[in-house]
Amino acid sequence: VRHSQHRARPCAPTGPLGVQLSPHPSLRRRLCILKGIYPHEPKHKKKVNKGSTAPRTFYLLKDIKFLLHEPIVNKFREYKIFVRKLRKAYGKSEWGTAERLKDNKPTYKLDHIVKERYPTFVDALRDLDDALSMCFLFSTFPRTGKCHVQTIQLCRRLAVEFLNFIIASRSLRKVFLSIKGIYYQAEVLGQPITWITPYAFSHDHPTDVDYRVMATFTEFYTTLLGFVNFRLYHSLNLHYPPKIDGQAEVELKPAEGKEYAMDSESYLEKLSALSASLARVVAPTQEDDVEMDEFPVEGETAEQMDARKKEQEALEKHKKLFEGLRFFLNREVPREPLAFVIRCFGGQVSWDKSLCIGATYDVSDPSITHQIVDRPRVEQQVVGRYYLQPQWVFDSVNAKLCLPVADYFPGVLLPPHLSPFVTEQEGDYIPPEKLKLLAMQRGEDPGEESEEEEEEEEDDDNDKDEEEEDESEKEEEIKLKKMEEQKTQSNKALPVKVTAGKVRLEDKQRLEQEQQSEEKRLAIMMMKKREKYLYKKIMFGKKRKIREV
Amino acid sequence: DIRNTVGNIPMEWYQDFPHIGYDLEGKRIYKPIRNKDELDKFLEKMENPDYWRTVQDKMTGADIKLTDEQVDLVHRLQKGQFGDVHFNPYEPAIDFFTHEVMIHPVTNRPADKRSFIPSLIEKEKVSKLVHAIKMGWIKPRKPKEDTPTYYDLWAHEDPNSILGRHKMHVPAPKMKLPGHEESYNPPPEYLLSEEEKLAWEQQEPAERRLNFVPQQYRCLRAVPAYPRFIQERFERCLDLYLCPRQRKMRVNVDPEDLIPKLPKPRDLQPFPTTQALVYRGHSSLVRCITVSPSGQWLASGTAPRRHQTLRRCRSCSGASLHASSEQSVLLVNPCLGDKLLYGATDQVLESYVPPEEERVQPVQWLTATSEEHGRGIRLTVQHSKALKQVTWHGKGDYFATVVADNSNMQVLVHQTSKRWSQNPFRKSKGMVQCVLFHPIRPYFFVATQRYVRVYNLLKQELTKKLMANCKWVSSMAIHPAGDNVICGSYDSKLAWFDLDLSTRPYQLLRHHRKALRSVAFHKHYPLFASGSDDGTVIVCHGMVYNDLLQNPLLVPVKVLKGHALTLDLGVLDVVFHPTQPWVFSSGADGTVRLYT
Repeated sequence: VRHSQHRARPCAPTGPLGVQLSPHPSLRRRLCILKGIYPHEPKHKKKVNKGSTAPRTFYLLKDIKFLLHEPIVNKFREYKIFVRKLRKAYGKSEWGTAERLKDNKPTYKLDHIVKERYPTFVDALRDLDDALSMCFLFSTFPRTGKCHVQTIQLCRRLAVEFLNFIIASRSLRKVFLSIKGIYYQAEVLGQPITWITPYAFSHDHPTDVDYRVMATFTEFYTTLLGFVNFRLYHSLNLHYPPKIDGQAEVELKPAEGKEYAMDSESYLEKLSALSASLARVVAPTQEDDVEMDEFPVEGETAEQMDARKKEQEALEKHKKLFEGLRFFLNREVPREPLAFVIRCFGGQVSWDKSLCIGATYDVSDPSITHQIVDRPRVEQQVVGRYYLQPQWVFDSVNAKLCLPVADYFPGVLLPPHLSPFVTEQEGDYIPPEKLKLLAMQRGEDPGEESEEEEEEEEDDDNDKDEEEEDESEKEEEIKLKKMEEQKTQSNKALPVKVTAGKVRLEDKQRLEQEQQSEEKRLAIMMMKKREKYLYKKIMFGKKRKIREV
Repeated sequence: DIRNTVGNIPMEWYQDFPHIGYDLEGKRIYKPIRNKDELDKFLEKMENPDYWRTVQDKMTGADIKLTDEQVDLVHRLQKGQFGDVHFNPYEPAIDFFTHEVMIHPVTNRPADKRSFIPSLIEKEKVSKLVHAIKMGWIKPRKPKEDTPTYYDLWAHEDPNSILGRHKMHVPAPKMKLPGHEESYNPPPEYLLSEEEKLAWEQQEPAERRLNFVPQQYRCLRAVPAYPRFIQERFERCLDLYLCPRQRKMRVNVDPEDLIPKLPKPRDLQPFPTTQALVYRGHSSLVRCITVSPSGQWLASGTAPRRHQTLRRCRSCSGASLHASSEQSVLLVNPCLGDKLLYGATDQVLESYVPPEEERVQPVQWLTATSEEHGRGIRLTVQHSKALKQVTWHGKGDYFATVVADNSNMQVLVHQTSKRWSQNPFRKSKGMVQCVLFHPIRPYFFVATQRYVRVYNLLKQELTKKLMANCKWVSSMAIHPAGDNVICGSYDSKLAWFDLDLSTRPYQLLRHHRKALRSVAFHKHYPLFASGSDDGTVIVCHGMVYNDLLQNPLLVPVKVLKGHALTLDLGVLDVVFHPTQPWVFSSGADGTVRLYT
């Protein structure tokens, strides 16, 4: 499935089908967005377009009729009338009438549209990507202008609820720090769900964006996401709306000390701190983790079963990546993404009390194992913990193992951050860092030095810094040696041979090759036009790939 | 008391006068005599202890010394205090209304009557409301809905709810997942170089492969906000509701499978493969070449102008050539080879007996003078217009010429033994490019720009019209067996016609990159060659089977290169050796090349 190249201008879609959908294009647009009606590409464009080839948008007649039967059309009309009356009342300064009208403000619900568009829950999950990205974007909007404050608050609430669910279900799989924002990928009920969140900066609102379109989308997406959240929470036996676990709540209370904010607001704040676990409807028992019975699937060999089992184990291990580690976030690192990622993999996380509500322990806590720092150097280092740059967390998650820490110390030039979404096919270019990582995942070359380093560091922390330097020097030496070896090897391997016999042999081969290539060229000449076109296209794509590599 | 009566006017108006205004009696008030210079002023400032409290009255121009009270007032005003010394701004306030309820009313006014009876205005308003409610204009307040906003929507998943439209639904493709280049800290090889960045900037936003420039940041702290984030989300929204969706089948073929399986050229030998000889001698383009039937002699013709061609006569004697100059065809006996043969040729030419009555002919036949006879020229056929092409019939008695003309006189057929010419066509059917005699049957091929017409010479009728499917036919050749014709065209196509099969080409070969100039068949071997302006001669294997059901097999076997391009022209003529699998080609670089 793909989008066609052109996107007709939004004002174009009148359709040649002769159906006057509604007098106002904005209503038509809203209906199309809410009901998920999209244009179609006619088979005979010229025939439908009365002989013209101008780009126009075509809808199916069926779809348009379907839109007209939507009960929400009447609600929209009612709302329009309400707005008109209200404006009139204000104009006449009839405050009583205005109040009365406001009390009877017509409302509409999109529940039935959600149900209609997604008859099963899995369908809804499949389409959740855009909904999440949009909600996360809207939740970062300022509370002025642009769109309704309620929408922004709702988006924020739903987004936080979703994050909490992901933490509770530990279903995050991949994270990627891009220049556009942070990509997350979670797996819910076997469906990969990818969403992007912008970096936490205020937006420079562009002028060439129609916020009404976005608001209509968001309206639908918030409804969808709310229902999905409800269902997801119930699938884990969690309360919805979410409740913070009783214990954690008690822990949180004294940390506040005094009145923090309004009750309703502070609750959302506490939730969005992402540090507390959620309350369950049924208290979890110890035997919750019952081993799954194994049903052999027909037509599956033992090898496949084994492979599946192994995969399952790897997944379980991945879920418990940060189990037992205690992190502390410095105030210069982005708190929310890091807290989310760390909590998703079982780690404990805290931050400075003045930074955000929900901090569970202090910097001085001796049990902290990792402190995430994003400064060139740290003034007062506490013995017994790693000071790391935030990329370590993300890289470790993507690598599915805790990477050696040496590359991520503060002030160190970071190794490249690779996209976890790329799966290289044969012949594609693979960056050397990825190769190294793959080798590490296979367990071939986990970097013995680095492991030793860790042990040593754990043994005697006192002269850690000096050792670090030493080790980095050692590493450099080793690298240099390796490079030299490679060079000498390559020198040795050069096929420089001067004997006459050999040269002739090579010539023969080359001749044969030439002959073959000529044969191929001649055969290509005999191809039919259409096949030749296809062939050239494929070869062009291949060549481009090679060139890029 | 000096009172100035000028009023409230700017006193500068009196600047240049000796007086400063008028008193009550209308007499001038003179300015005090001011003869103090700067030094006097300074001395006064130094010496006069009251200088600081002296001000000049603008109205009278006199100096006034401020009294102590006045100075005091000025000081107080400067400090923002009240002018009056005795004014107390902080006097205690006396409340008129107190919280204590007094037993007596503040005013002694008795209550109105209207405060005891129901209000008429209110009654009117209420009755209006009641009426409106009765008429249904005002609706009572709706009861608050207490259904929760969110509930388990998919509690009862009904398989029947999956309708046809859900099956028809094309889900929107997901957003493209980011690659390594989008990372905030990508591997350095993914960063754009300066030229690439420049190229990226010059491209249209639609045709860029990446919609961002990869960038590298030292640490996460340094990563700024992405300025186009909202736009990209918005574009995604537009895509979702404005883009037509359709399912596209992805072609997943191995490109190697697309290449047709052809017999290997190695198995189709013999064919010319290498350049064996280069004949130099011409200084300009070699327009045409021909080989003697024995294969021993090669004649080539140069052409400063277009219409000088050289054709071989394949007569029974076989040793006669003809050359055509601007407007005439010269029949030449080069006197080469077997003496018997060329003697017989001369005999045939001389055995002409002029008919009794002179017939009107479109051309003039002239016998050569003795001087010309010595140079080998035997006959001259004088045309009225320039000649384009000359071709011989297989028997050697007839030849046909094409004249550059637009009338019906374009094609002429000449008979040598009777020295007689005729014009076979009554009407012109377009620009004739070339003509050909069928090697066996009495057919005559006439190629116009887009069609090849086949005439039956015996029945004097059009048998076939071959559609060449190309814009402009340049040359034509016929298979020795007579059932297949190839046409080269200026739009770099070569059409192979099977005359028994159809009037459309059996195959169109687009081997050359530029216009084809000449095509040729080999007499014995299943080979044909085409020469083109791109400087190459392509030799193809063209096997024609006796079995009518089997289609001819066409396989390109060799691309022969060698001719250099001059004036955008490459190969101009291609001729096969009559007996050997060799090919001669003449080019615009003034050479004739032999490939063996």
